[in-house]
Amino acid sequence: MRNIILENKAMNIHNEDILMLQTIERYLDGSMLPDEQAYFEQLRKNTPEIDQMVVEHSMFLSQMDEYVLQRNFKHSLHNVHAKLLATGEINEGGVVTTKGKVVQLYNRYKKDLLVAASVGGAIAILVSCIALYLSPTVNGSQLELLGSKMAKMERNVMVQGIILDNVKDKLPENVKVISGGTGFLIDAKGYIATNAHVLKGSDAIVVNSNGDEFKASIIHVDKQSDFALLKIEDADYQPLKSLPYAIGKSSADLGEEIFTLGYPRDDNSITYTQGYLSALRGFKGDTASYQIQMNSNPGNSGGPVLNKNGEVIGILSSREVQADGVTFAIKSKNIHQLVTELRKVDTSVTKIKMPTITNLRGKEREAQVKKIQDCVFSIKAYNKAR
Amino acid sequence: MKVELNEQALLKGLARDDAKAIETIYKENFTMVQTFIINNNGSYDDARDIFQEAMIALYEKAKSDSFVLTSKISTYVYSICRRLWFKRLQQLGRYSNQIDSLEETVAVEDELEFHEKKNAEFVIMDRALNSLGEPCKSLLEGFYVKKIDMQALAKEFGYTNADNAKNQKYKCLMRLKKLFFAQYNIGE
Repeated sequence: MRNIILENKAMNIHNEDILMLQTIERYLDGSMLPDEQAYFEQLRKNTPEIDQMVVEHSMFLSQMDEYVLQRNFKHSLHNVHAKLLATGEINEGGVVTTKGKVVQLYNRYKKDLLVAASVGGAIAILVSCIALYLSPTVNGSQLELLGSKMAKMERNVMVQGIILDNVKDKLPENVKVISGGTGFLIDAKGYIATNAHVLKGSDAIVVNSNGDEFKASIIHVDKQSDFALLKIEDADYQPLKSLPYAIGKSSADLGEEIFTLGYPRDDNSITYTQGYLSALRGFKGDTASYQIQMNSNPGNSGGPVLNKNGEVIGILSSREVQADGVTFAIKSKNIHQLVTELRKVDTSVTKIKMPTITNLRGKEREAQVKKIQDCVFSIKAYNKAR
Repeated sequence: MKVELNEQALLKGLARDDAKAIETIYKENFTMVQTFIINNNGSYDDARDIFQEAMIALYEKAKSDSFVLTSKISTYVYSICRRLWFKRLQQLGRYSNQIDSLEETVAVEDELEFHEKKNAEFVIMDRALNSLGEPCKSLLEGFYVKKIDMQALAKEFGYTNADNAKNQKYKCLMRLKKLFFAQYNIGE
């Protein structure tokens, strides 16, 4: 207390000042009696100093009000941010909490159930189920919530089967899409690389980012390395002159910024995701793959992982269920290796010439993506009708 | 351009401090801004800072009497963030290739000037309040920020009666005013 008294003296605060301030506040908040108010107004008129004090104090109080509003608003923003992070509706690239992810997935599937009447939705749900099961470690308890929802969805999908047949597209009649994901051209002539687990069926169609569908044949599936090769066999396909990106031969660097394009969404729209290379080895020390930090979703499987120069450094393949955002990609030099080995036994691949020079170096990301998206396809695999 | 009805409703909600409106606007725009900042040499923290500053600018605008928003909320927020971020980059001596998203932008120079003035006032008040010392700071915060009544404040701070607490509050307020105006007038 002594301190305050001393300070007050130093600042020349007297009781008369306090009385004055109190009076001005009462005047400003309208709590004066009419007589008193009239008297005070007269005083203001006759005494410029008092008039000035009133103006000053009124301005100060409005400054206080604004300060308080802004401070409270900042506080709400902070809370909203924390809440949205917790529910997974926004994220900051770090480890998203499992709870958040599950809530997010649950919400997404809840929505899917509602729109399951659309054929595209049905296909995507199928794709989603399969890709999730293929994740390296499926923790039952973590997926419990989703599991029950999925059982329901599978029933829906079966109902949808009939509608699927009515669609007039490149998909033959009476077949059901049984797996899917993303793939990308490694040769402009129509050779597409993807994951083996994307191609569960005997035949496939590929869909580009404009929604154009092309028939494709499965050339090679290597389950051990999870690598597969397709070739577009369709008269409608107009080969590009060249590919904008290179298929990298050397190792990528730890910490490198990377991005991918894929088709994780049920409306078949191409989606961009970015992240960084977090480890040079994959799941359980697998030397054939990288670990990347990126929020991948079912349907991203088989997509190209590119660095900032537009070099494909890998094929996105799986994610760890127990730790969200932890994704794995097959190293691109393995594509070269696998294709080289394939050439020895399969004459149909001898014509494959993979691009080694990128045309995307130094370009802005949007420009890079525009070029790349023409070469990234959504893949739907099915079994031929018996 | 006429702003859609639900956007108007959102802005009205924002001006009323409606939690649902704040959350909706936040949710619908944050990721777009985050992507932009990250693509332009920024961090996740930068993205949050810049986005929240733009939210405050939108809030101030929504609250002001002369409020007319002539573009979509997302366009406005993106434009503000874009300006704020390039300015911040410049101040930090960091450079970016200025990667723009495909979002359209509107001119926000006047809004930014308005926002910067408001922000400067906020900083001055914050600094003045923080240099008051205790118990003045808590007493004034209790009364003006938390809106606790004098009776309860007197009890909380241990004054024997509300009048004494009130007296002390006025003393503190006068000191705060002095500190505030000393800074404020330099700023003018």
